[in-house]
Amino acid sequence: MPDVTIIFDRLRWEEKELFEKGKELGLDINMIDVKSEPRELTNFNKDPQIAEIVLQRTISHYRGLYYSAILENYGYTVINSFITSLLCGNKLLTTLLLAKNGIPTPKTYAAFSMESALKVIDKLGYPAVIKPIVGSWGRMIAKINDKEQAESILETREMLTDPQQQIYYIQEYVKRPPRDIRGIVVNGKVVTAIYRYQPEDDWRTNIARGGKAEQIKIDGELEELMIKASNVVNAKIVGVDAMETDNGYVIHELNNNLEFHGAFQATGMDIAKEIMAFVKELVKN
Amino acid sequence: MPLKAKCKECGADIEIPDDALPGEIVSCPDCGLEYEIVSIQAGKVELKLAEDIGEDWGE
Repeated sequence: MPDVTIIFDRLRWEEKELFEKGKELGLDINMIDVKSEPRELTNFNKDPQIAEIVLQRTISHYRGLYYSAILENYGYTVINSFITSLLCGNKLLTTLLLAKNGIPTPKTYAAFSMESALKVIDKLGYPAVIKPIVGSWGRMIAKINDKEQAESILETREMLTDPQQQIYYIQEYVKRPPRDIRGIVVNGKVVTAIYRYQPEDDWRTNIARGGKAEQIKIDGELEELMIKASNVVNAKIVGVDAMETDNGYVIHELNNNLEFHGAFQATGMDIAKEIMAFVKELVKN
Repeated sequence: MPLKAKCKECGADIEIPDDALPGEIVSCPDCGLEYEIVSIQAGKVELKLAEDIGEDWGE
Protein backbone atom coordinates (compact mmCIF):
# COMPACT_ATOMS: atom_id res chain seq x y z
CA MET A 1 0.00 0.00 0.00
CA PRO A 2 1.31 3.49 -0.78
CA ASP A 3 2.00 6.04 2.00
CA VAL A 4 -0.23 8.71 0.50
CA THR A 5 -2.96 8.85 -2.12
CA ILE A 6 -3.67 12.07 -3.98
CA ILE A 7 -7.22 12.19 -5.31
CA PHE A 8 -7.84 14.52 -8.24
CA ASP A 9 -10.07 15.10 -11.24
CA ARG A 10 -7.84 17.35 -13.34
CA LEU A 11 -4.10 17.12 -12.99
CA ARG A 12 -2.89 20.70 -12.57
CA TRP A 13 0.59 22.05 -11.95
CA GLU A 14 -0.12 21.88 -8.21
CA GLU A 15 -0.91 18.16 -8.12
CA LYS A 16 2.19 17.26 -10.14
CA GLU A 17 4.29 19.44 -7.88
CA LEU A 18 2.85 17.82 -4.74
CA PHE A 19 3.53 14.39 -6.22
CA GLU A 20 7.15 15.28 -7.10
CA LYS A 21 7.91 16.95 -3.77
CA GLY A 22 6.38 14.04 -1.90
CA LYS A 23 8.61 11.64 -3.82
CA GLU A 24 11.65 13.78 -2.97
CA LEU A 25 10.70 13.42 0.70
CA GLY A 26 10.70 9.66 0.30
CA LEU A 27 6.95 9.15 0.20
CA ASP A 28 5.35 6.44 -1.89
CA ILE A 29 2.43 8.25 -3.53
CA ASN A 30 -0.25 7.16 -5.95
CA MET A 31 -2.83 9.27 -7.70
CA ILE A 32 -6.46 8.42 -8.23
CA ASP A 33 -8.76 10.18 -10.66
CA VAL A 34 -12.13 10.29 -8.88
CA LYS A 35 -13.90 10.54 -12.24
CA SER A 36 -12.99 6.97 -13.03
CA GLU A 37 -13.34 5.42 -9.55
CA PRO A 38 -16.92 5.03 -8.32
CA ARG A 39 -17.34 4.03 -4.66
CA GLU A 40 -19.89 1.85 -2.92
CA LEU A 41 -21.75 3.66 -0.14
CA THR A 42 -23.10 0.57 1.60
CA ASN A 43 -19.93 -1.41 2.16
CA PHE A 44 -16.88 -0.02 3.90
CA ASN A 45 -14.18 -2.50 2.94
CA LYS A 46 -11.00 -0.58 2.39
CA ASP A 47 -9.43 -0.49 -1.05
CA PRO A 48 -5.78 -1.65 -1.01
CA GLN A 49 -4.89 0.92 -3.67
CA ILE A 50 -5.81 3.78 -1.32
CA ALA A 51 -3.34 4.84 1.36
CA GLU A 52 -4.44 5.62 4.92
CA ILE A 53 -3.61 9.28 4.30
CA VAL A 54 -5.47 10.87 1.40
CA LEU A 55 -4.69 14.31 0.03
CA GLN A 56 -7.85 15.72 -1.54
CA ARG A 57 -7.00 17.79 -4.62
CA THR A 58 -10.00 17.87 -6.93
CA ILE A 59 -10.68 21.03 -8.91
CA SER A 60 -14.42 20.46 -8.48
CA HIS A 61 -15.70 21.42 -5.03
CA TYR A 62 -18.54 18.92 -4.99
CA ARG A 63 -16.51 15.98 -6.26
CA GLY A 64 -13.93 16.61 -3.56
CA LEU A 65 -16.54 17.16 -0.89
CA TYR A 66 -18.47 13.95 -1.47
CA TYR A 67 -15.45 11.80 -2.21
CA SER A 68 -14.02 12.96 1.12
CA ALA A 69 -17.24 12.02 2.91
CA ILE A 70 -17.09 8.55 1.41
CA LEU A 71 -13.41 7.93 2.14
CA GLU A 72 -13.75 9.18 5.72
CA ASN A 73 -16.60 6.73 6.24
CA TYR A 74 -14.32 4.00 4.93
CA GLY A 75 -11.90 4.99 7.69
CA TYR A 76 -9.32 6.98 5.74
CA THR A 77 -7.83 10.26 6.93
CA VAL A 78 -8.59 12.91 4.31
CA ILE A 79 -6.80 16.25 4.17
CA ASN A 80 -8.65 18.61 4.14
CA SER A 81 -11.49 16.78 5.82
CA PHE A 82 -15.07 16.62 4.60
CA ILE A 83 -16.27 19.03 7.28
CA THR A 84 -13.46 21.52 6.52
CA SER A 85 -14.35 21.42 2.81
CA LEU A 86 -18.03 21.87 3.63
CA LEU A 87 -17.39 24.88 5.87
CA CYS A 88 -14.80 26.59 3.67
CA GLY A 89 -16.70 25.87 0.47
CA ASN A 90 -19.76 27.71 1.72
CA LYS A 91 -19.35 31.44 2.34
CA LEU A 92 -22.44 31.64 4.53
CA LEU A 93 -21.10 28.98 6.91
CA THR A 94 -17.56 30.42 6.82
CA THR A 95 -18.79 33.89 7.78
CA LEU A 96 -20.91 32.52 10.63
CA LEU A 97 -17.94 30.64 12.06
CA LEU A 98 -15.47 33.50 11.68
CA ALA A 99 -17.82 35.94 13.41
CA LYS A 100 -18.85 33.48 16.09
CA ASN A 101 -15.18 32.93 16.96
CA GLY A 102 -14.42 36.63 17.22
CA ILE A 103 -12.41 36.89 14.01
CA PRO A 104 -13.00 40.27 12.35
CA THR A 105 -14.88 39.76 9.09
CA PRO A 106 -16.91 42.10 6.87
CA LYS A 107 -20.49 42.81 7.93
CA THR A 108 -22.64 40.30 6.07
CA TYR A 109 -26.30 39.34 5.79
CA ALA A 110 -28.13 36.41 4.28
CA ALA A 111 -31.48 37.12 2.68
CA PHE A 112 -33.97 34.56 1.48
CA SER A 113 -36.08 36.47 -1.00
CA MET A 114 -35.39 39.13 -3.57
CA GLU A 115 -37.47 41.68 -1.66
CA SER A 116 -35.63 41.18 1.62
CA ALA A 117 -32.30 41.14 -0.23
CA LEU A 118 -33.10 44.61 -1.60
CA LYS A 119 -33.96 45.84 1.89
CA VAL A 120 -30.66 44.50 3.22
CA ILE A 121 -28.67 46.17 0.44
CA ASP A 122 -30.44 49.47 1.09
CA LYS A 123 -29.63 49.14 4.79
CA LEU A 124 -25.95 48.33 4.16
CA GLY A 125 -25.67 51.19 1.69
CA TYR A 126 -24.01 51.39 -1.71
CA PRO A 127 -21.74 50.03 -2.93
CA ALA A 128 -22.48 46.58 -1.52
CA VAL A 129 -21.21 43.18 -2.55
CA ILE A 130 -23.23 40.11 -3.46
CA LYS A 131 -21.67 36.68 -3.71
CA PRO A 132 -22.90 33.17 -4.45
CA ILE A 133 -22.66 31.10 -1.24
CA VAL A 134 -20.80 28.37 -3.13
CA GLY A 135 -18.55 29.68 -5.83
CA SER A 136 -15.00 30.09 -6.90
CA TRP A 137 -12.51 32.17 -8.86
CA GLY A 138 -14.60 35.24 -8.08
CA ARG A 139 -17.34 34.18 -10.46
CA MET A 140 -20.72 35.89 -10.08
CA ILE A 141 -19.40 38.12 -7.33
CA ALA A 142 -20.80 41.56 -7.99
CA LYS A 143 -20.21 45.03 -6.63
CA ILE A 144 -23.58 46.75 -6.54
CA ASN A 145 -23.28 50.49 -6.99
CA ASP A 146 -26.93 51.58 -6.88
CA LYS A 147 -30.49 50.37 -6.49
CA GLU A 148 -30.97 49.90 -10.22
CA GLN A 149 -28.01 47.53 -10.37
CA ALA A 150 -29.23 45.74 -7.27
CA GLU A 151 -32.60 45.08 -8.87
CA SER A 152 -31.15 43.83 -12.13
CA ILE A 153 -28.64 41.51 -10.42
CA LEU A 154 -31.28 40.11 -8.07
CA GLU A 155 -33.74 39.63 -10.94
CA THR A 156 -31.10 37.69 -12.85
CA ARG A 157 -30.34 35.57 -9.81
CA GLU A 158 -34.07 34.85 -9.40
CA MET A 159 -34.13 33.35 -12.90
CA LEU A 160 -31.29 30.89 -12.26
CA THR A 161 -32.32 27.30 -11.73
CA ASP A 162 -29.85 26.46 -8.95
CA PRO A 163 -31.83 27.13 -5.73
CA GLN A 164 -28.64 28.19 -3.97
CA GLN A 165 -28.63 31.27 -6.24
CA GLN A 166 -31.71 32.46 -4.37
CA ILE A 167 -29.88 32.47 -1.04
CA TYR A 168 -28.50 36.00 -1.12
CA TYR A 169 -25.18 36.55 0.62
CA ILE A 170 -24.78 40.29 0.89
CA GLN A 171 -21.72 41.98 2.29
CA GLU A 172 -20.60 45.51 3.02
CA TYR A 173 -18.11 46.79 0.47
CA VAL A 174 -14.89 47.08 2.42
CA LYS A 175 -12.78 50.16 1.72
CA ARG A 176 -9.32 48.78 1.15
CA PRO A 177 -6.22 49.40 -0.93
CA PRO A 178 -6.46 47.86 -4.45
CA ARG A 179 -5.30 44.54 -3.08
CA ASP A 180 -5.99 41.88 -0.51
CA ILE A 181 -3.69 39.49 1.34
CA ARG A 182 -3.53 35.74 0.86
CA GLY A 183 -1.83 33.74 3.56
CA ILE A 184 -1.06 30.08 3.02
CA VAL A 185 -1.48 28.21 6.27
CA VAL A 186 -0.25 24.63 6.60
CA ASN A 187 -0.96 22.86 9.87
CA GLY A 188 -1.26 26.05 11.86
CA LYS A 189 1.76 27.81 10.35
CA VAL A 190 1.71 30.65 7.82
CA VAL A 191 4.25 29.37 5.29
CA THR A 192 4.04 32.39 3.02
CA ALA A 193 1.84 35.36 2.20
CA ILE A 194 1.21 37.53 -0.82
CA TYR A 195 -0.56 40.71 -1.78
CA ARG A 196 -3.04 40.08 -4.55
CA TYR A 197 -3.41 43.29 -6.55
CA GLN A 198 -6.61 43.71 -8.50
CA PRO A 199 -6.13 44.13 -12.27
CA GLU A 200 -6.83 47.57 -13.77
CA ASP A 201 -10.20 46.56 -15.18
CA ASP A 202 -11.59 44.59 -12.22
CA TRP A 203 -12.17 45.20 -8.50
CA ARG A 204 -11.68 41.51 -7.67
CA THR A 205 -8.22 40.29 -6.75
CA ASN A 206 -8.39 36.58 -7.65
CA ILE A 207 -5.24 35.38 -9.41
CA ALA A 208 -7.60 33.45 -11.72
CA ARG A 209 -9.06 36.84 -12.73
CA GLY A 210 -5.68 38.36 -13.51
CA GLY A 211 -4.76 39.53 -9.99
CA LYS A 212 -1.02 40.07 -9.56
CA ALA A 213 0.83 38.47 -6.68
CA GLU A 214 3.64 40.06 -4.67
CA GLN A 215 5.40 38.62 -1.65
CA ILE A 216 4.90 40.29 1.71
CA LYS A 217 6.04 39.71 5.24
CA ILE A 218 2.94 39.86 7.38
CA ASP A 219 2.91 41.23 10.91
CA GLY A 220 2.27 39.20 14.04
CA GLU A 221 -1.30 40.41 14.38
CA LEU A 222 -2.32 39.17 10.93
CA GLU A 223 -0.36 35.96 11.34
CA GLU A 224 -2.24 35.22 14.54
CA LEU A 225 -5.60 35.99 12.89
CA MET A 226 -4.84 33.72 9.93
CA ILE A 227 -3.85 30.83 12.16
CA LYS A 228 -6.93 31.33 14.31
CA ALA A 229 -9.12 31.39 11.18
CA SER A 230 -7.61 28.13 9.92
CA ASN A 231 -8.29 26.53 13.30
CA VAL A 232 -11.94 27.60 13.30
CA VAL A 233 -12.60 25.22 10.38
CA ASN A 234 -9.87 22.77 11.39
CA ALA A 235 -8.19 23.31 8.02
CA LYS A 236 -4.77 21.73 7.62
CA ILE A 237 -3.99 23.28 4.24
CA VAL A 238 -5.79 26.53 3.57
CA GLY A 239 -5.58 29.87 1.82
CA VAL A 240 -6.73 32.60 4.20
CA ASP A 241 -7.80 35.88 2.57
CA ALA A 242 -7.60 39.15 4.46
CA MET A 243 -8.19 42.80 3.72
CA GLU A 244 -6.60 45.89 5.23
CA THR A 245 -9.17 48.38 6.50
CA ASP A 246 -9.01 51.61 8.49
CA ASN A 247 -9.99 49.58 11.55
CA GLY A 248 -7.47 46.79 11.11
CA TYR A 249 -7.58 43.49 9.28
CA VAL A 250 -10.65 41.53 8.31
CA ILE A 251 -10.68 37.92 7.16
CA HIS A 252 -13.18 37.35 4.37
CA GLU A 253 -12.52 33.94 2.87
CA LEU A 254 -11.01 30.53 3.62
CA ASN A 255 -9.97 28.38 0.66
CA ASN A 256 -9.68 24.67 1.34
CA ASN A 257 -9.12 23.91 -2.34
CA LEU A 258 -5.82 25.78 -2.34
CA GLU A 259 -4.22 26.88 -5.61
CA PHE A 260 -0.66 28.02 -5.03
CA HIS A 261 1.04 28.38 -8.40
CA GLY A 262 0.72 32.18 -8.30
CA ALA A 263 2.03 32.40 -4.72
CA PHE A 264 4.93 30.12 -5.61
CA GLN A 265 5.88 32.26 -8.61
CA ALA A 266 5.72 35.45 -6.53
CA THR A 267 7.57 34.20 -3.46
CA GLY A 268 9.74 31.28 -4.58
CA MET A 269 8.54 29.53 -1.42
CA ASP A 270 8.38 25.78 -1.95
CA ILE A 271 4.75 25.51 -0.84
CA ALA A 272 4.34 21.99 -2.23
CA LYS A 273 7.27 20.81 -0.14
CA GLU A 274 5.84 22.44 3.00
CA ILE A 275 2.55 20.67 2.37
CA MET A 276 4.14 17.30 1.72
CA ALA A 277 6.41 17.61 4.76
CA PHE A 278 3.27 18.02 6.86
CA VAL A 279 1.64 15.06 5.11
CA LYS A 280 4.77 13.01 5.85
CA GLU A 281 4.33 13.76 9.55
CA LEU A 282 0.84 12.27 9.36
CA VAL A 283 2.18 9.15 7.66
CA LYS A 284 4.76 8.66 10.41
CA ASN A 285 2.11 8.94 13.10
CA MET B 1 11.02 11.82 -30.18
CA PRO B 2 8.17 13.30 -28.15
CA LEU B 3 4.82 11.55 -28.34
CA LYS B 4 2.27 13.10 -30.63
CA ALA B 5 -1.49 12.85 -31.06
CA LYS B 6 -3.79 14.20 -33.75
CA CYS B 7 -6.41 16.83 -32.93
CA LYS B 8 -9.84 15.41 -33.75
CA GLU B 9 -11.11 18.87 -34.59
CA CYS B 10 -8.48 20.26 -36.94
CA GLY B 11 -6.01 17.44 -37.50
CA ALA B 12 -2.98 19.31 -36.14
CA ASP B 13 -0.26 17.46 -34.20
CA ILE B 14 -0.47 17.80 -30.42
CA GLU B 15 2.88 17.25 -28.77
CA ILE B 16 2.74 15.39 -25.47
CA PRO B 17 5.39 16.55 -22.98
CA ASP B 18 7.76 13.85 -21.71
CA ASP B 19 6.61 14.30 -18.12
CA ALA B 20 2.88 14.27 -18.93
CA LEU B 21 0.63 12.07 -16.80
CA PRO B 22 -2.93 10.78 -17.15
CA GLY B 23 -5.43 13.41 -16.01
CA GLU B 24 -3.36 16.25 -17.39
CA ILE B 25 -4.72 18.66 -19.99
CA VAL B 26 -3.05 19.30 -23.34
CA SER B 27 -4.20 21.85 -25.92
CA CYS B 28 -4.13 21.72 -29.68
CA PRO B 29 -1.57 24.33 -30.78
CA ASP B 30 -3.69 25.26 -33.82
CA CYS B 31 -7.33 25.36 -32.74
CA GLY B 32 -6.88 25.48 -28.95
CA LEU B 33 -9.19 22.57 -28.23
CA GLU B 34 -8.36 21.01 -24.85
CA TYR B 35 -7.88 17.31 -24.29
CA GLU B 36 -7.42 15.25 -21.16
CA ILE B 37 -4.78 12.51 -21.28
CA VAL B 38 -6.50 9.20 -20.56
CA SER B 39 -3.44 6.97 -20.72
CA ILE B 40 0.12 6.81 -21.92
CA GLN B 41 1.27 3.28 -22.62
CA ALA B 42 3.88 1.67 -24.84
CA GLY B 43 4.55 4.88 -26.71
CA LYS B 44 0.86 5.51 -27.35
CA VAL B 45 -1.24 8.25 -25.89
CA GLU B 46 -5.00 8.18 -25.57
CA LEU B 47 -6.86 11.49 -25.33
CA LYS B 48 -10.45 12.50 -24.68
CA LEU B 49 -12.07 15.90 -24.92
CA ALA B 50 -11.49 17.81 -21.67
CA GLU B 51 -14.45 18.71 -19.50
CA ASP B 52 -15.81 22.24 -19.66
CA ILE B 53 -15.02 24.40 -16.64
CA GLY B 54 -17.58 23.66 -13.93
CA GLU B 55 -19.34 26.26 -11.82
CA ASP B 56 -17.79 24.66 -8.72
CA TRP B 57 -14.24 24.53 -10.04
CA GLY B 58 -11.33 26.17 -8.35
CA GLU B 59 -10.77 27.97 -5.10
